[in-house]
Amino acid sequence: MAKVKVLMLRAPGTNCDFETQVAFEMAGAEVDSALVTGLFRKEKHLTDYQIMIIPGGFTYGDDISAGKIMANEIRLRLGDDIRKFVDDGRLVMGVCNGFQVLVKARILPGFDGRDSQPMTLTANDSGKFECRWIYLKINEDSPCVFTRGMHRLYIPVNHGEGKLVASPDILDRLNVVVQYTDATGNLQAGYPHNPNGSLRDIAGICDPTGRIFALMPHPERFLRWTQHPRWTRENPRDTGDGLQIFLNAVAWAKGI
Amino acid sequence: MRRIEVSVKEEYNDPRADGLEKDILDLGITAVSRVRLVNVYLLDGDISDSELETICRELLADPIVEEYTHREAPAPAGARLVEVAYNPGVMDPVEESVKKGITDLGIDSVTAVRTAQKYLLWGDISGEVLQSICDKLLVNSVVQHVVSEEERVTLRSATYNFSLEKIDIENMDDAALMDLSNNRFWLNLAEMKIIQDYFRRLSRAPTDVELETIAQTWSEHCIHKTFKARITLGKEVVDNLMKSTIMRVTEELDKPWCLSVFKDNAGVIDFDGRYAVCFKVETHNHPSAVEPYGGAATGIGGVIRDPLGTGMGSKPIANTDVFCFGPPDFPHAELPKGVLHPRRIFKGVRAGVADYGNRMGIATLNGAVLFDERYLGNPLVFCGTVGLMPRHMSQQGRQSTGDLVVVVGGKTGRDGIHGVTFASGELNKESEDISSSSVQIGNPIVEKKALDAILKARDLGLYSRIQDCGGGGLSSAVGEVGETTGVRVDLEKVPLKYAGLSYTEIWVSESQERMLLAVHPDKLNQIMKLFSDEDVEATVIGEFTDDKRLQLYYQGNQVADLDMDFVHNGLPQLERKAEWELPRHPEPDFPQPADLEDDLKAILTAWNVCSKEWVIRQYDHEVQGGSVLKPLVGEANDGPGDAAVLQPLPDSNKGLIISNGINPRYGDIDTYWMAASAIDEALRQVIAVGGNLEHIALLDNFCWGNPDKPDRLGDLVRAAQACYDIAVVYGTPFISGKDSLNNEYETGAESICIPPTLLISAMAVVDDAGKAVSMDCKQAGNLIYIIGDTYNEMGGSHYLAIHGYTGNSVPKVRPQEGKKLMNAIADTMNKGLVMACHDLSEGGIGVAAAEMAFAGGLGMRIDLAEVPLGESIDRDDYILFSESNTRFLAEVAPEDKEQFEKMLSGTPYAGIGKVTDNGKLEVYGRNGQKLLDASITDLKEAWQKPLRW
Repeated sequence: MAKVKVLMLRAPGTNCDFETQVAFEMAGAEVDSALVTGLFRKEKHLTDYQIMIIPGGFTYGDDISAGKIMANEIRLRLGDDIRKFVDDGRLVMGVCNGFQVLVKARILPGFDGRDSQPMTLTANDSGKFECRWIYLKINEDSPCVFTRGMHRLYIPVNHGEGKLVASPDILDRLNVVVQYTDATGNLQAGYPHNPNGSLRDIAGICDPTGRIFALMPHPERFLRWTQHPRWTRENPRDTGDGLQIFLNAVAWAKGI
Repeated sequence: MRRIEVSVKEEYNDPRADGLEKDILDLGITAVSRVRLVNVYLLDGDISDSELETICRELLADPIVEEYTHREAPAPAGARLVEVAYNPGVMDPVEESVKKGITDLGIDSVTAVRTAQKYLLWGDISGEVLQSICDKLLVNSVVQHVVSEEERVTLRSATYNFSLEKIDIENMDDAALMDLSNNRFWLNLAEMKIIQDYFRRLSRAPTDVELETIAQTWSEHCIHKTFKARITLGKEVVDNLMKSTIMRVTEELDKPWCLSVFKDNAGVIDFDGRYAVCFKVETHNHPSAVEPYGGAATGIGGVIRDPLGTGMGSKPIANTDVFCFGPPDFPHAELPKGVLHPRRIFKGVRAGVADYGNRMGIATLNGAVLFDERYLGNPLVFCGTVGLMPRHMSQQGRQSTGDLVVVVGGKTGRDGIHGVTFASGELNKESEDISSSSVQIGNPIVEKKALDAILKARDLGLYSRIQDCGGGGLSSAVGEVGETTGVRVDLEKVPLKYAGLSYTEIWVSESQERMLLAVHPDKLNQIMKLFSDEDVEATVIGEFTDDKRLQLYYQGNQVADLDMDFVHNGLPQLERKAEWELPRHPEPDFPQPADLEDDLKAILTAWNVCSKEWVIRQYDHEVQGGSVLKPLVGEANDGPGDAAVLQPLPDSNKGLIISNGINPRYGDIDTYWMAASAIDEALRQVIAVGGNLEHIALLDNFCWGNPDKPDRLGDLVRAAQACYDIAVVYGTPFISGKDSLNNEYETGAESICIPPTLLISAMAVVDDAGKAVSMDCKQAGNLIYIIGDTYNEMGGSHYLAIHGYTGNSVPKVRPQEGKKLMNAIADTMNKGLVMACHDLSEGGIGVAAAEMAFAGGLGMRIDLAEVPLGESIDRDDYILFSESNTRFLAEVAPEDKEQFEKMLSGTPYAGIGKVTDNGKLEVYGRNGQKLLDASITDLKEAWQKPLRW
């Protein structure tokens, strides 16, 4: 059977492409990468892939606001293609900067069309870039196909603008997939467990189909046990927590 | 011109404003009750109202948390307003992004963009207080100014009309030559006279650009003339310090895994047969002193280009940074004139390095921060980058005659003009003025794009040589590459950020983010297409010739014609006098305190020892997914790891260890032992995390005072000699290095010299990163061993420092014994017998034990009576806090006791205690009395509190 094909969509400043590629390859997929402008030039075609991911980074320096310029490129020139891509049953994922891009391109949260942006990701309450490992609780009722069968995650965050903000009624409607907790799984644990001050501790969401998923933390940075910050003092495990997300995505994509 | 103001809505908190409020409070100013920040964008062009509305709504303002106006909003009642803009010629990278973003919206009427920052401050704020806030926080006059009421920012740039400038030096007398040199070329009279002779022989006057080229090539920064000088120290004559010490180690050890040393931008060693790794550490001290953010950002930006420009190009995989500042609590009132407060420098440097390094996607894995009042006027900013490349690409390329000179990446502006010569001179209170064009704001995304594209071009074999364009700009880069062939450049072809640059400014500009490639004409179309697809600027500016001349043209006019041999080899070896004598400091005279808890806490709280978590967490140390031992380790991910371990290849366990050694305090006694200790420290950190001495490469970075002063030079000679003596025995070659001299700050009559500072960075290759050992205690009941003899070596120690002494008995290094000991420990760790290991440095046994205990969330009991001594010591406090080198604490499970001890037989070691679960550090003296009984929570708090900003 042919391998699942993944397209990593880059823009100048994308910088998590290496570990993202490693993650999908470990999950058995084949990975290609293209600049957004490469898609405009039709050098690559979305339809050749089952999964599209926007990796982390600082696209266009995150100038103006994180992910904004790449988001506009996508919204104005690729929005319909991506909608069609997902309507065909394919998967879209965004990590960190990719989450910021998908929100600002109005592809997430994926309800009420794309005329306006109902939510945002903005500067961390701490005012700092935060590089730390955090605990996540997975919403098992979420339609998200990436997190099926999963309950908890321990992976790093590395961002300066990850605070999710929206009005209460929008928050009520969001398809929340992952939330920040303390080590024992409690919500509302405060900083630094919630590293950015996200409302309702939300770390990642999906669209109503469950096929567009994005989150601020980095599952692609915990694939091997020795990436765990305490691997020298805890009982070893075969793989890192993050790998399952990529395995799930590839398994789903095989059925497309 | 249209104006847009964007700010965070009242109902949302603005972390930037919160941070500024806190910084104002930190100044001791309580008058400010509230702050708001407003981003200002000034757009030039014939822009309609509806276009402006679209730009605000769709691009500049966040629809949820921000609001905007197209008008200049007056200051609200009761608020003071300050608007700050960059000085003309200083480019804010945001401007380019805004322009692109507007074009993406389909709007093409905007011709230019400038940004500014508006601050609104509420409270009972006097003019004087406002001025103080501006000076200390909001404005750095080197790059910024307060926008006045009347000022209209002009977006038009100047024009430049060619006119060849010749400098008639043929008939100048000595005084006139020195007048010419001062503040422009920083060359001495003898050097100026050699230049004069050269042009006398040619019977013509040099052009300005010819003199600039020679001055840059001959600057201390580029040619390291002090290290190559013939130095007389007493009866001893040292002919070329570099060759006779640092490089000699490498030559004598002749390691087969050293692939390219001391000839390229970074030193290269073999990694695993398939890949090679290279490492370079640079300093960016002077720019960071006057503009910390921009100076430090361009420092890391510059060192990243070194591995990229090494061999045929390598991929940067890890950064390190080491900073030296004045004390953060230094009184504002006592600051020397013209000096920025160390806290501001620290914050600015941290932000600059983080913003650049994080955006480049390179993990910052290792570093250190040190403080001393003598760094007030001259902070030190060391930035290092490790690169990974296929092994067959590790050698520097060679261009052929006819290859084209292609400049890639950033455009050229008036940035950094005279940066190199500036770096080679001393700072004084006017430095801010003369250096304003020497400092620039980095643009990491331009560099990131160039990096990605160049590595693609490398893999396709599209260029024959690569060189970074750093200090000295095109002059230095083109000159260096062209030395073997000759080169001709048409300066008007260099892409400019704005019009108005003269041919000389184009040639010497140190604009960042530029690389130089030699490209065969047959490959030109392919490489230009690749760069264009990746949105990277690339331009042919000239061609390599075969006449060994440097020929520059501007619009068809020849502006320089120099003999490469004179430019590169015309500078004669310097003659220098050095002197050195052992200083005598008062010997400590205080009784041993009955309880040592307060002393231990005082050391843990010391700026140099305390937790640097505030810095570390703002750097991305996870990107690329390679980190195995992170900078923070232990039960709560916050203990101080010894060295970083990374696994760069996902399909191989082969590991890379990065560490550093630095301790300027020892240099106050003897720079020889300071250098020896720095090497020992870097090596024992490698050992402590599971490395071995088999495959370690060293880098040296000397930051010193003015080498024309014989005492400073004597210290330098001593330090370099120690580098040879110690490294050659340990079997660890140097592969690259750098020096930054003249780190002195003149305040009228006095010159404040930095303490002689040597940073030793180590890079080690290990077979299995999965065998790494962290420093945190793992399990109550395990045994604690000390390995290595303790001597009565309190000189320069932190313990004496907290009691107000320096002392004289500086820690020595006994490399024969040290090597044996390190090999033995490495074997036990390779066997998996060591659960935790921590090297002993500042604060000796006391600090290491405390750190191991609180990092593990466990207690520890140790008994000083068992500690093996190299000489008699009659004080318990000295045994606890001695900083003797080559010592380790190791945690071993009881069942491994026998095997561990057997493997260490023949080396000085002893079981001195055990890990406990009572959350206390308990220390017993030689007579069995309890010297210390402290809660690890308290100790950790003492250690974490100072830099919890």
